[in-house]
Amino acid sequence: MRIKCPLCGDRDSREFTPMGHETYMNRPDDEGWSPAWDNYLHLRDNPAGVTRELWYHGAGCTSWLRVERDTVTHDILRVELASDAKRGNA
Amino acid sequence: MRYSGWQVIKQGLTGNRGWKPAWRDPAPKAEYDVVIIGGGGHGLATAYYLAKEHGLTNIAVLEKGYLGGGNVGRNTTIVRANYGLEGNSQFYSHSLKLWEGLEQDLNYNVMHSQRGIVNLFHSDGQRDAYARRGNMMMSQGDDAILLDREGCRKLMPFLDYEQTRFPIFGGLYHKRGGTARHDAVAWGYARGADQRGVDLIQKCEVTGIDVENGKVVGVQTSRGAIRAKKVAMCAAGRSGQVAAMAGMRLPIESTVLQAFVTEGLKPVIDNVITYGMGHFYISQSDKGGLVFGGDIDFYASYASRGNLPMMEHVMEAGMTLMPMIGKAKLLRSWGGIMDMSSDGSPIIDKTHIDGLYVNAGWCYGGFKATPASGHCYAHLIATDRPHEAATRHRLDRFNTGRIMDEESKGSQHNLH
Repeated sequence: MRIKCPLCGDRDSREFTPMGHETYMNRPDDEGWSPAWDNYLHLRDNPAGVTRELWYHGAGCTSWLRVERDTVTHDILRVELASDAKRGNA
Repeated sequence: MRYSGWQVIKQGLTGNRGWKPAWRDPAPKAEYDVVIIGGGGHGLATAYYLAKEHGLTNIAVLEKGYLGGGNVGRNTTIVRANYGLEGNSQFYSHSLKLWEGLEQDLNYNVMHSQRGIVNLFHSDGQRDAYARRGNMMMSQGDDAILLDREGCRKLMPFLDYEQTRFPIFGGLYHKRGGTARHDAVAWGYARGADQRGVDLIQKCEVTGIDVENGKVVGVQTSRGAIRAKKVAMCAAGRSGQVAAMAGMRLPIESTVLQAFVTEGLKPVIDNVITYGMGHFYISQSDKGGLVFGGDIDFYASYASRGNLPMMEHVMEAGMTLMPMIGKAKLLRSWGGIMDMSSDGSPIIDKTHIDGLYVNAGWCYGGFKATPASGHCYAHLIATDRPHEAATRHRLDRFNTGRIMDEESKGSQHNLH
């Protein structure tokens, strides 16, 4: 598995650490416990197919990346900086 | 037919023509009292205990592939009860006791071998943690012995005791732990359930769960609609997709766990050994292959195959612990789809839909749980009350904060 980092180019997946589903990009604002926190921490769609996740390029540029990936074939479909993706989502 | 030594002799003298298939291959009926989704170890065990202990026999087990073709046939076959957390400790203790009577109960040889498990420790701090765990196991009524380095050397002279990075300080020895023949466990439960009238329906994929007015009424399948008073989801690895048919989201992500086996060798490893400083555990199958594995690949996956980096990591850990395995040739590797729950513990519970039950989130520890999972799930389905050994494996524990975090890592998906 190789991941094309927008800053470093095509790199071995060993340079990266998966953080989990992109849900982690949108931290709830609620101060106390709420269903939003349950969604954020626990509940997942867990798709067999295309998913979007956060990966950390720890052995490279140390950027957080949003990776679009197929969980059945392990194909990497799209990689962008998480900060760009977040601006795009907002 | 009852299996016995006499039967083997009798059949042997008559040309082995008397053996019959161990279960029927029925077509699905229009309606059942209970439909179990998933014909793996846990689903078959659930059907068996529903029939045996609760007298329910109008049951179908629906399996999209073949019986036992999922994780029950793709694991490293370890059976143990060395958990420390309240709730898990009772549950796995219950499971081990069921294992100990399983072959007589099923009249089926599952080759359960209590060869002992040694969890190695490599520092003073880890020794303290393992001593504590051993005390918790004993207070639960199970067995644990704290071995020092010489005690380990007597049992396992082939380990590298002189390595400077992670010297072996000793091990926690759980004698009643061991292994079992994984396929035989599925087959034994399948045969036992079938003999009690359960319909085991293979190549029958569930494509929808029918709910009316908050109550489950049946399932849609690739072989037509089947009505059911109760529907029990039991498809670990694919729990997310099955639950989605009922409009549910689970605290589960599916990942891949790899395992490896070498060519057959003469007996060399008597016990199951786990490495305390690397992700590595190993045992030797009765066929002679060294069976070993490590940690999950850590990203979401349904591919049933892993990637090379984790494979390298496991091999490196193995070489550090016992350099002799470098002489063995790797024969096969495979990956299983793991239902990783966010706190690392399983779920056996009712759902918000009347008559719909969930059994999921077995992470990488489902095999040893097979008897207790089936036993407790059957109790829940039959009585609508949790079995006393599984009161804490609730679906709502994540939202209420009563998480079961055996490894004290936190309740978040990337931590387990």
